[in-house]
Amino acid sequence: MVTPSCPRVWREQKYKYRLVGVRCNRCGSIYYPLVRVCSKCKSTELTPVELPRKGILLSYTIIHYPPVEFKKYAPYAVGLVELENGTKVIAQLTDIDFSELKPGIKVEAVFRRLREQGEEGIIEYGIKFRRALE
Amino acid sequence: MISMRRVAIVGVGLTKVGEHWEQSLRDLYAQAVLNAISDAGLELKDVQAMFIGNMSSGCLQGQEHLGSLLATHLGIQGVAAVKVEAACGSGGAAFHQAVLAIASGYYDLVIAGGVEKMTDVGTEYLTSALIMADDQEYVASTGISFAGLNALIYRLYMEKYNVKQEDIAQFPVHEHYYAQFVDHAQYRYPITVEQVLRSTVVADPIRLLECSPTSDGAAAAVLCPLEMAKEIRGDCIVEVVGSALSTDAISLNERADPTTFTATVKAAEKAYKMAKITPQDVDVVEVHDAYSILGIIDLEDLGFAEKGRGVELVKEGEIAKEGRIPTNLSGGLKARGHPIGATGIYQIVEIVKQLRGEFGKNQVDNAEVGLSQSIGGIGGTVIVNILRRLR
Repeated sequence: MVTPSCPRVWREQKYKYRLVGVRCNRCGSIYYPLVRVCSKCKSTELTPVELPRKGILLSYTIIHYPPVEFKKYAPYAVGLVELENGTKVIAQLTDIDFSELKPGIKVEAVFRRLREQGEEGIIEYGIKFRRALE
Repeated sequence: MISMRRVAIVGVGLTKVGEHWEQSLRDLYAQAVLNAISDAGLELKDVQAMFIGNMSSGCLQGQEHLGSLLATHLGIQGVAAVKVEAACGSGGAAFHQAVLAIASGYYDLVIAGGVEKMTDVGTEYLTSALIMADDQEYVASTGISFAGLNALIYRLYMEKYNVKQEDIAQFPVHEHYYAQFVDHAQYRYPITVEQVLRSTVVADPIRLLECSPTSDGAAAAVLCPLEMAKEIRGDCIVEVVGSALSTDAISLNERADPTTFTATVKAAEKAYKMAKITPQDVDVVEVHDAYSILGIIDLEDLGFAEKGRGVELVKEGEIAKEGRIPTNLSGGLKARGHPIGATGIYQIVEIVKQLRGEFGKNQVDNAEVGLSQSIGGIGGTVIVNILRRLR
């Protein structure tokens, strides 16, 4: 299991609490997660950009045998989401009945608890997706 | 490979794949190396370097620094020895490094080994270790398991190519059939499509009998320059005619089409070019089917079937021993087993044995060219090796 670490969680807040990627200043390509160099035009000039919070579900799975730090949450759903600008994100799906899971449904980002690091660590928060409210 | 030396494999060895409760990581590794050295008719003192494929010794045994540890256990401290890590492709990557070491002229006798000891921890700890093959900050933090990543691709694939799970499920059935006749395989019994589809759901839609198991095992190959190989063994020499490693974006969400592993396509193209062959020239294949769907995708990405048509090869018997492209006659990752960092070396050992005509009941008639494919993570690293028997 990942070693409990306060500095890591503190450092990751700025992009875990919101959907933040980068846009290439030269060719406009968007990356999530952020990269240091654009793989298309090799530019090193990239600017952080907040991504759309709505998208559609492309694929999903239901995890029955989870990693140890997620054991108490199982079963839960994880999806591959395509945001409105075409960027793809893997995220846990929340507040949804498994019977509603279907490729093509509209989803939106929400702020949720991700995992706990046990007695000596802290609680990690971040983005999950739920079915979009009309 | 102009100006580089030609590379040969003169010895191979392995342990049975399974749950080795009484044997440690170092016990397994040493046995595989001793078997390989003995097969080559050499002695350990001849070894100059070892590249050791292993993914998770730090996580599973609390043990890093395998180069020194395993050299010490074999009594050959002093040799150059390092662990090579590329997740589930660690074995293939270690082999690639060994090839470079001989081809470059730097060393004359090198061990490419692989070892993984997975049964030391419970399933959920193992699941945590394996997801480290993907992006910890962005992907592992969602709670997805490695089976879950494959499940995302599985569903995309079924939808894109209109393929049914009962067709994909034929891949593990094929492997279990052949594993019955492989002494070192973990699961030596047949299964049916019905059993696959009735087995426990691990990560929807993936079922237990579509997943590679928890395995312990080690394998090793002895490499040297081709000219030296002719002196070491007169009978049958196997040459490494192509070896290529390619990477791709680490996570599947960073790819335009997650149903194709670009790293496989690129590594295969390069390896075929080095070997001066096309996919049609390959006589026997070992692919990296950590989950049933990967076996199908691998067949396509390696050029044996068009995209979306991989299941047809399986249904039409083309990957059977008598078929056009005999694949995973070892039982593959599903039935031979998948001791993560050792698997890429098991594949090499199995292909060498096929080319030497030593593969028993599953021997492909007169096999001359063999290919192995080793995948790290969800396609973030792929190694393709092509071996040829010299008369």
